[in-house]
Amino acid sequence: MPVMNVVVCVKQIPDPADPGALDPETRTLKRDVKLILDESDSYGVEMALQLVDAAGEGEVTLVSMAPNDERSGLATALAMGASEATLITDETLLGSDALTTAKLLAAAIGERSPDLVIAGSESSDGYTGTVPEQIAAVMDLPSVTAAKSITVDGDSVSIERQTNAGHDDVTCPMPCVVSVTAGVVEPRYPSFKGIMAAKSKPVDVKSAADLGFSADQVGWAGSGQEIVDVADAPQREAGEVIEDDGEAFGRIVAFLEELKVI
Amino acid sequence: MTLSKIWVLAEAEDGEVSSTTLELLTKARDLADTVECVYAGDDADDLAEALGEYGCETVHQTGDLDGALVGVPTAAAIAAAVDDGDGPDAFLCGTSYDGRDIAARLSVKLDRTVITNVVDIELDGDSLVGTEPVFGGATNVKTKFAGEGPYIVLVRPKSFAAEPSDGDEADVEDLDVPDLGSSAGATVTERHVEESDGPKLDEAALVVSGGRGLGESEKFEMVESLAKALGGAAGASRAIVDAGWVPYSYQVGQTGKVVKPDVYIACGISGATQHLVGMKGSKHIIAINKDDQAPIFGVADLGIVGDVHKVMPQLIEALENR
Repeated sequence: MPVMNVVVCVKQIPDPADPGALDPETRTLKRDVKLILDESDSYGVEMALQLVDAAGEGEVTLVSMAPNDERSGLATALAMGASEATLITDETLLGSDALTTAKLLAAAIGERSPDLVIAGSESSDGYTGTVPEQIAAVMDLPSVTAAKSITVDGDSVSIERQTNAGHDDVTCPMPCVVSVTAGVVEPRYPSFKGIMAAKSKPVDVKSAADLGFSADQVGWAGSGQEIVDVADAPQREAGEVIEDDGEAFGRIVAFLEELKVI
Repeated sequence: MTLSKIWVLAEAEDGEVSSTTLELLTKARDLADTVECVYAGDDADDLAEALGEYGCETVHQTGDLDGALVGVPTAAAIAAAVDDGDGPDAFLCGTSYDGRDIAARLSVKLDRTVITNVVDIELDGDSLVGTEPVFGGATNVKTKFAGEGPYIVLVRPKSFAAEPSDGDEADVEDLDVPDLGSSAGATVTERHVEESDGPKLDEAALVVSGGRGLGESEKFEMVESLAKALGGAAGASRAIVDAGWVPYSYQVGQTGKVVKPDVYIACGISGATQHLVGMKGSKHIIAINKDDQAPIFGVADLGIVGDVHKVMPQLIEALENR
């Protein structure tokens, strides 16, 4: 049986049910709320666990970056079955752009020399969607984004990649970086045993300096962009809202007639 | 003051230039003296007339990529041109699967940031400022590139109206792809096209979308029937796509397709920010939802607080009897 070591990139985000706001002072997301594992990343964790199971030997490890030593989202992924994690955390990271984030993640991933790196296609809070491909570029690895399925086939992976028209069958040699779409697999719920076991799993904490980055290369200082304005967007006005009394469909028909759709 | 040269990623669908490409070319004409395109493939000659009509003077094509996923070779080719001093001041890319890959790879190659999810672009001195809606469009954040170009921008589809400039057919030139080293190897072995009836979701004048409120996957038929009765396209919220009720190609939202039809009918969709961003540019919005506090009612011109399982069958029957 081949050994299969997979690193999964996970992001800990504010609960989408309570997304918070931009802090007008620092112009970053207010993170005083409890962070959770981004649901988009739970698919990557599950996919990785299944691939390692299928290989018979190997492990799933996590790499995450958060400016405030946040671990609750990591705990969820460890409870699902990942064996250990690297947490890049450091006060100077606040304001890092996607490119800097990718460089830091790549440095931490590189220390683990994985066969495969899995990430979500985009986070559910920022939606930047560039980090997986940027990690691959920093590591000079091939990559496949928007994977609907992954099968390991010797030294390469076979992937169904989402396209606008349908999907493409793609093969890619390992090591490589793959980003997965939500829904690729059904993420398991952590068991009680898993939750208890997660408490003793190692979390290796690294600062930017530990990974070889100076303070002026990360955070706001290292960012290639600056926020110059934050403003309320013009909002659509709500129209008429009516209770259905059994005849409300008639109002829709009348509205569609008014719009000359029918 | 304008930039001297912008490159726009040219993408094609079914042999035609994509609408996003034409939107970006239109905007690029306001921002730069010279507008050119990059194309991943060897058939740019077939697109040169349409691209020229929207202001593209030259198409730089990579040539046959032999099935490779386009991100790695295209970004490497653009970066090589920049290194040789032949590159653009800015590179605009639509937010598509390939567009994201190319922009992200290029950002590392050039060590320049990417500004993403942009819906508007302005000049600021010799830099660019992109507008990105956050929190479901409640807040607009404007981000300016710091430092030198080339500036890399990922733009959301339908951010600009495409207007032709009546330019001449674009010249086609070869863009050399350098040796890709260890980043090469992702190769498409087969393409699968999902056939669908009726108009395309992102082009339809009317869209009917369904969400979790439908209760079970079988009930999505109501959405298809209503869309058919009105000659529109059927769409879905991320929740039911993630649940596997319908394929990803149906998804309307921040992830998925941005739609701006004349009429959008949301059925059993509460209106999570992720969904609202993809549809609130619709001209008219009708919503049916049983929760009178659902955010979707905040953007609807006509909101029906009711059960989709009652209202939709009545509506479909009324339309079919006309």
